[in-house]
Amino acid sequence: MPRADVNNLIRAQFMPHIWCPGCGHGIIMHSILRALADLQIPKEKICISSGIGCSSRLPGYIDACTLHTAHGRSLAFATGIRMANPDLTIVNVMGDGDGTAIGGNHFIHACRRNIGVTAVLMNNNIYGMTGGQASPTTPEGAMAATAPYGSIDPTFDVCKLAAGAGATYVARATVANPAQCTMFIKKGIEHQKKGFALVEIVSFCHTQFGRKNKRSRPQDNLEWLKNHTVSIAQAEKLTAEELKDKIITGEFVNIENAREYSDRYNDVIARAQKA
Amino acid sequence: MARNEFWQGNKALAMGAIAAGCRFFGGYPITPSTEIMETMAEELPKLGGKFMQMEDEIAGIAAALGASIAGKKAMTASSGPGISLKQELLGYGYIAEIPLVVCNVMRGGPSTGLPTKVSQADLMQAKYGTHGDHATIAYAPSSIPECYELTIKAFNAAERFRQPVLILADEVIGHMREKITIPEEGTYKIVNRKKPKVSPDEFIPYKPDEDGVPPMPGFGDGYRWHVTGLTSNEWGFPTNDAKWIDLKANRIIDKVEKYKSEIIEYKEDYLDDAEIAVLSFGSVSRSALRAVIELRNEGVKVGHFRPVTVWPFPEEEVMALAKRVKTIIVPELNAGQMAHEVERIAGKYTEVIGHSLINGELYKPSQIMSYIKEVC
Repeated sequence: MPRADVNNLIRAQFMPHIWCPGCGHGIIMHSILRALADLQIPKEKICISSGIGCSSRLPGYIDACTLHTAHGRSLAFATGIRMANPDLTIVNVMGDGDGTAIGGNHFIHACRRNIGVTAVLMNNNIYGMTGGQASPTTPEGAMAATAPYGSIDPTFDVCKLAAGAGATYVARATVANPAQCTMFIKKGIEHQKKGFALVEIVSFCHTQFGRKNKRSRPQDNLEWLKNHTVSIAQAEKLTAEELKDKIITGEFVNIENAREYSDRYNDVIARAQKA
Repeated sequence: MARNEFWQGNKALAMGAIAAGCRFFGGYPITPSTEIMETMAEELPKLGGKFMQMEDEIAGIAAALGASIAGKKAMTASSGPGISLKQELLGYGYIAEIPLVVCNVMRGGPSTGLPTKVSQADLMQAKYGTHGDHATIAYAPSSIPECYELTIKAFNAAERFRQPVLILADEVIGHMREKITIPEEGTYKIVNRKKPKVSPDEFIPYKPDEDGVPPMPGFGDGYRWHVTGLTSNEWGFPTNDAKWIDLKANRIIDKVEKYKSEIIEYKEDYLDDAEIAVLSFGSVSRSALRAVIELRNEGVKVGHFRPVTVWPFPEEEVMALAKRVKTIIVPELNAGQMAHEVERIAGKYTEVIGHSLINGELYKPSQIMSYIKEVC
C-alpha cells in the first residue's frame, strides 16, 4: 500500500490505469508521488503535464492540475504555463518517442532556455501504445514492429543531449532502483526554481519491447536493468566496449547558481518599464 | 482622450490584443505577420505581460495554450506555412476548450508560396484546417481601425465561448498604414472567461452552464482538474462511451451555433435599390467598394456586401440579399472559395458569379468595374 500522503495524491476515481500489469511506468508514477508528498507541495499548486503515449497517461491519475497535451508538445505547453504562473510546481512527463523524436525540438529548447520545469523522461526504448515501433532510444540491433530485421538507427543518450543543450540539472536512474528515482525527481523538483531539470528514468515495456527481445516478463527486465546498470564512478573505470550495453546512473549536471528563464524575464519587464 | 495614430495593420492587431487584455504571446517569425510579434515583444513587458519567441510555430501556439490554461489571455500569430503547422494544436484548443486568439495574416500558397504577396486562400482552411468537427469563429478586418476593434472582439468571443478564435487578415491589411483613432478604455466591451462558482470539491470541470460553456479556472487558482486532447466526459477524463462522445462532440459545435446571430457581423453599402451586389471581404472589399462607388456615379445600380465574420458566414443575410438582386459577383484572392459558399446559399435564388485573382496582386478597382460591366 502506498503511504497515506501518497495515496492522497491519487485520483482513485480514474483507476484502473491503462498500463499493462507489471509495467515499469507505475514505479515512476509512485516515485513522482513520493517526491511531491515529501516536498509537501499543495495539490492545487502542482501541475503535471505530458504529451502522448503510455507515459503521458500518468497525469490523469494524479489529483492536481493535470494536462495531457499533444504528441511531443508537452514542454512547449509547460513553458507557457511557467511564464503565466511562476508559483506552480511543474512536473512534465514524457516518453522517449514523445520527448526525443516528435518533441525533440521542444526538448532541446526547454534545456537551452533553462525554463523552470522538471522533465521526467520515461524511457522504455519503444513506442508502446501504438504497438512496439522503434524509437530514438531503441538499442541498435533490437527488434521492433518497424525494425523487423533489427534496428540500425544509432540511439540518443538523452542525458548527454540535455546537458549539451544547456539543462542545469541532469540525472538518470532506472526503475530497478525506485529510491534513486525518487531522490533524483525530488532534487529535480527542487531545482526548478533555478531552471530546467531532466530526470531520465529508464523503464521497460515487457509487452512490446520485451516480447520481441527475449525479455517478455517484467522480472526479466528488472533483472536486466540491475545487471546492466553502473554508477558514474564505476563507468569511469570501464572501456567503451564494456559500456556499450550499460546504463550509467547518477547526477550528470547540477548547476546550483543557474537562473531560471521566467525569473530572467523579470529583467526584461524591468527594462521595458524603465524605458 | 481618444488619440489618433498612423499605424500598420499588424501593429493595430497587436495593440488591439493588448487592449483586450492579452498578456501572453508565443510565436515564431514569419512574413507577413512578424510585426505582430515584434510589437508584442516591445509592448507586453511594459504591462508585465510575457512575450516568447518560441523554437517553432507549433511551440508558439502550444505555449499560448499553456498560458491560457494558467489563466492568461493569450495569442499567437502567423502566416501560410506557420498556420498550417499550428493546425493540430488549434484542434487541441477546440476539444480541450481553451480560449485563444490565432491571427493569420494571409499570404499566397500552397507551401512557401508567396511570402510577401497577398492572398485570401486560407478561407476554407480557417474552417476545415484541423481534423475533426468544431465550430469556427473568424473575423476578417478590412481596415486598420478594424484590425484593432475586431481583435478585441476576437478575444471576447474566445473568452465567452472558450475556444480558439481566428483573425483572418491578409498581407495588404497587415502591412498597409492608415489613420486609426484609438478608442478610449471603457468605451468598448471586454469579456473575461467565466470562473467556477462552486468550491473545488464540487467542481466538475467540463459540466456546461445553460449556454453550453463550462466555467474555467486557471491552473493555480485552487481548482484541480484534468485537461486532455482526447474526447472526454464531464470530469475531463478520456472516454470511449458513445453517450459522452456524442455530448462532447455536439456541445463544442452547438455552443457557438446557438449564438451565431450574436457573433455574425457584416456591412452593407449601396444595396437598398441595388440590382447587382458585389460580395467581398478583407482587403478586396476596399477595391470592390471603390468600384461600386465609381459605377454608382455612372448610374449602375450596384451595391456591396462584406462579411466581417467570415465564419460563421452571414448565411441568412446573404440569402435575403440573393432574393432581391439579379446577380451577386464575388471577387476574391483565391480560386473561388467564398464564391462556392455564396453559390451554396444563394445559387437557387440568384445568379452567382465568382472571379478569382491568384497572381499575388490585389484587385484594382478598375478590374472589378470592368468585370461587372462585362458580365452584367
